[in-house]
Amino acid sequence: MGKFSLEEVNNMYVDVLREIGNIGAGNATTAIASMLGNKIDMKVPNVKLMEVSNLGSAICAEEDTIVGIFLEVQNDIEGSMMFLLDLESGHYMVNKLMGKAPDCQDDFDEMDLSALKEIGNIIAASYLSALASLTGLVISPSIPFIAVDMAASILSVPAIQFGQFGDNALMIQTEIIGDFAINGYFILMPEQDSYDKILTSLGIAM
Amino acid sequence: MEEVIKVGMADLNICKAPNIITTLGLGSCIGLTFYDPVTKIGGMVHYMLPDSTQVRNNGNIAKFADTGIRELLKRVLAAGASKQRLVAKIAGGAKMFEGSGLSNVGNIGARNAEAAKVILRGLGIRLIAEDTGLNYGRTVELHCDTGDFYIKAVGKPIKII
Repeated sequence: MGKFSLEEVNNMYVDVLREIGNIGAGNATTAIASMLGNKIDMKVPNVKLMEVSNLGSAICAEEDTIVGIFLEVQNDIEGSMMFLLDLESGHYMVNKLMGKAPDCQDDFDEMDLSALKEIGNIIAASYLSALASLTGLVISPSIPFIAVDMAASILSVPAIQFGQFGDNALMIQTEIIGDFAINGYFILMPEQDSYDKILTSLGIAM
Repeated sequence: MEEVIKVGMADLNICKAPNIITTLGLGSCIGLTFYDPVTKIGGMVHYMLPDSTQVRNNGNIAKFADTGIRELLKRVLAAGASKQRLVAKIAGGAKMFEGSGLSNVGNIGARNAEAAKVILRGLGIRLIAEDTGLNYGRTVELHCDTGDFYIKAVGKPIKII
């Protein structure tokens, strides 16, 4: 106890999350590549610690439409996680997966939403399994839920979750590079107890 | 030309005719407005959580319904609005991910909307219109020359309440 300051803990946590992000991205690459039918590379270039009140405009303008895929997490860690894509990347993936014209911008139908959910599910599950194997904790994700709406509205969900115990939120940027660059973002939202449990399992104690 | 005043997340401000006060992309948060139709003074708070006493880290008063609504009231009264004439409108409180609900964020939108009603009743201020719940985001504008509250959502016609 009292080994590290809060700031040091946060810095270590960010580093660990970046590493987990990289491993998770590695796991997801094969699955996503075979779904999209072309070679891709995934990177985690950036982990951002930001103020909750700025989260609404973290990815793009508040009113721009984005795709949000949300999963609840249970067992040793309680909380939720979210994967976000800008609308252009969402259309690109749907068009590839559903065999539509590459420039199709029609509103997503049920099948399209289902395909996007599956992408989010694969990426989130890859990330969670990396987290589970590093911490030795059992982490079970729920089925995915999806929303296509204004960025600020979707991001109000993690903002509220983080807002309950602090003023900062962590965001992990993921880049998927194939014949098109897709920018995705992860947000992991552990409950306070689970956050402590993650840190303890990683050997970072306050 | 009227000015548009922007209220961010966990933020509040006041506004006078002919100006407009807005907040963009309300999800599970609530945008609550006060308006005095005689002096045409209004204000808006965009709060995230229902109760500051349930949270350890509660420094930002605009983040919570209880502290945010009281602060907004103080500010509009200081600007010259009359408490007897004040009316309130609310929007937001959506459940962005339909079907989810294991975690306590699941129903936060409904709790946020309920908090507004309880607090307004306690303050003796009438809630005359609301557009809350459902599963979509809302951008809202209070037009201080008329008191009209505009609600915009993706793929839906503009609603005025």
